[in-house]
Order: sequence, then C-alpha cells, then structure tokens
Amino acid sequence: MSAVTQGALAAAVDLNGPGHYLNWGVIQISAANLVIIGVMIVVFVLALLLPFPKGRGRR
Amino acid sequence: MSIRDRADLVQPGESTEPDEAAGWTAAVRRRLVRELPPDTMLPDTQPKYVASWIYVFGVLTLAAFLVVLGSGAVLAIQGPSWWHTSDIGHFFNSLHLWSVELFMAFMVIHLWGKFFMAAWRGRRALTWITGAVAFLGSIGTAFTGYLTQQNLDSQWIAVQSKDALNAVGIGAYFSPMNFGQMLMWHIVLLPAFVGILVVLHVLMVRRRGVVPPLPLRDRPAEAEPGTASEAGREAEAAETEEQP
Repeated sequence: MSAVTQGALAAAVDLNGPGHYLNWGVIQISAANLVIIGVMIVVFVLALLLPFPKGRGRR
Repeated sequence: MSIRDRADLVQPGESTEPDEAAGWTAAVRRRLVRELPPDTMLPDTQPKYVASWIYVFGVLTLAAFLVVLGSGAVLAIQGPSWWHTSDIGHFFNSLHLWSVELFMAFMVIHLWGKFFMAAWRGRRALTWITGAVAFLGSIGTAFTGYLTQQNLDSQWIAVQSKDALNAVGIGAYFSPMNFGQMLMWHIVLLPAFVGILVVLHVLMVRRRGVVPPLPLRDRPAEAEPGTASEAGREAEAAETEEQP
C-alpha cells in the first residue's frame, strides 16, 4: 500500500486517538459502535428486500 | 413393503435383516438413525422459501465461527502475548478480532430475522433456546477475550469489571483480574460451551427443518401460488397437521 493511500485512509478514519462519544441523557455510545449498529440494520433491510438469485435443488 | 419384500432392491453386501442387535452401541445406533436420519441431516434440496438472503446469515455465522476457532488455535500455539512481538502474530490476532466482529454481527442479524419470523414455531422452541444461550455464551467469550489481550485495554477492563462481578457476588469464582483463570475460560471452557451448543443448534435445525415464513393471514389475495407467503401457509398447515 502506497504512502498516499495510507495517508488517505488515515485521514478518513483516524484510530490513533480517543474515541468519539455521543451522549443523550443517560445513554452514551461511541460513534464507532453507532456506525456498526447502523450498518447492521442496513444489511438486515437489504437482506429482506434484495432478490435472491435463482438456484437449483429447491423443492 | 417390508424389508424382506425389498430383497431384490438390496445392494450387494447390504443386510436385509432388521437391526435387532443387542448391546448399548446397537441401541445408540438405532436411536441416532431414528432421531437423526442421514437424508434429513444432509439434505440435497431446500424449501423454496429458503431462497432469501435473510436465510443466509445462519451459515455466515457458522463460517465466521470456524475462522474464529482456527485463528484462535494458531494464537494458542504461540501464547497470548505473541501478537505484540511478531508481524505474523499480529496478522492472526487481527484475523481473530475481525472474524469475531463478523461472527457477532451475523449472529445478531440472524437473531433479528428469526425473532421477527417467530422461529420457535413448529416445535422449534429448543432450537431457539440453544441459539439464544449460545449468543449469551459468545458475549462471555468475547469478554474474556478482551481480558487476555495483554495490554492496557485488558487491564482497564479487568479492573472496571471486577467491581460489577463482585457486586453480583461471583467475583470469588470468576475473577477478571486472575489472568490465568480468564485465559482458560476463553480458550477452553467457553469455546467448548458455545461449540457444543452450536452443534446441537444445527442438528435441531436439520431435524425440524428451516422455519417457514409467517403466512399473510389478513391479506389472502397476496398469497399468490409460488410466493413465500403461500409457501409459509402451506408449510405451517403441514406442520400443524404433524403435531400431536
């Protein structure tokens, strides 16, 4: 991986510092965990909506 | 047609006699063949309603679990601090971490799908329970994994969590600050617990079959022949008839 690519990735997601946290009353969650939960919900919805390829061996 | 009537269909070397052998091994064999018939355990077809991406997350969880076990086994050969001093160790530690991330994510999406599908229908309660308990066991395994990283993170988590475990009265038996105990729980007891539950879970899924989708009772016009809702209604009707 070139230095330019590494630099771009580091700029996009800087993991070398304290985490970012969101607070809402008594609820506290890190931005990273919130993003992961969001991605999981998106994957769940896509799994329900996207058509499944036709295959053999189903009755 | 009895077994004796089928003598002309029997392959060379195959016995035509019913299995009436004595002894506990024969009894176990008969029980296993009756409870777990090979064509049910290793089917070559699946119902048409399984043709949906939501049914894929169970096997994705299994695949991630195998990578977790494999990468964990490599880490176990060299010890818990290997990954701090070796690039190869660091690679396998990262493989272990990211396969666990995928394992937990796939397992939770699998759980969401099965929850909204009411997957405990059709005498599948024990399948649901083994899956739920395996999920809880996986959380414990992940927790003890954090404690065996051999870095400041693991020390911080151990010191913080000991108060919680003492507060509920189990700190004397399960101590996060006892590294040897946490390592043994992480690499022996909890993987065995989760692994056995996963095997039982898969066997039950095979035995009862994949749960059909919920039928659309209130909108019969949408249940076109060949659709998932029609398949769900047919499958549920068949299962209701089978139940005592």
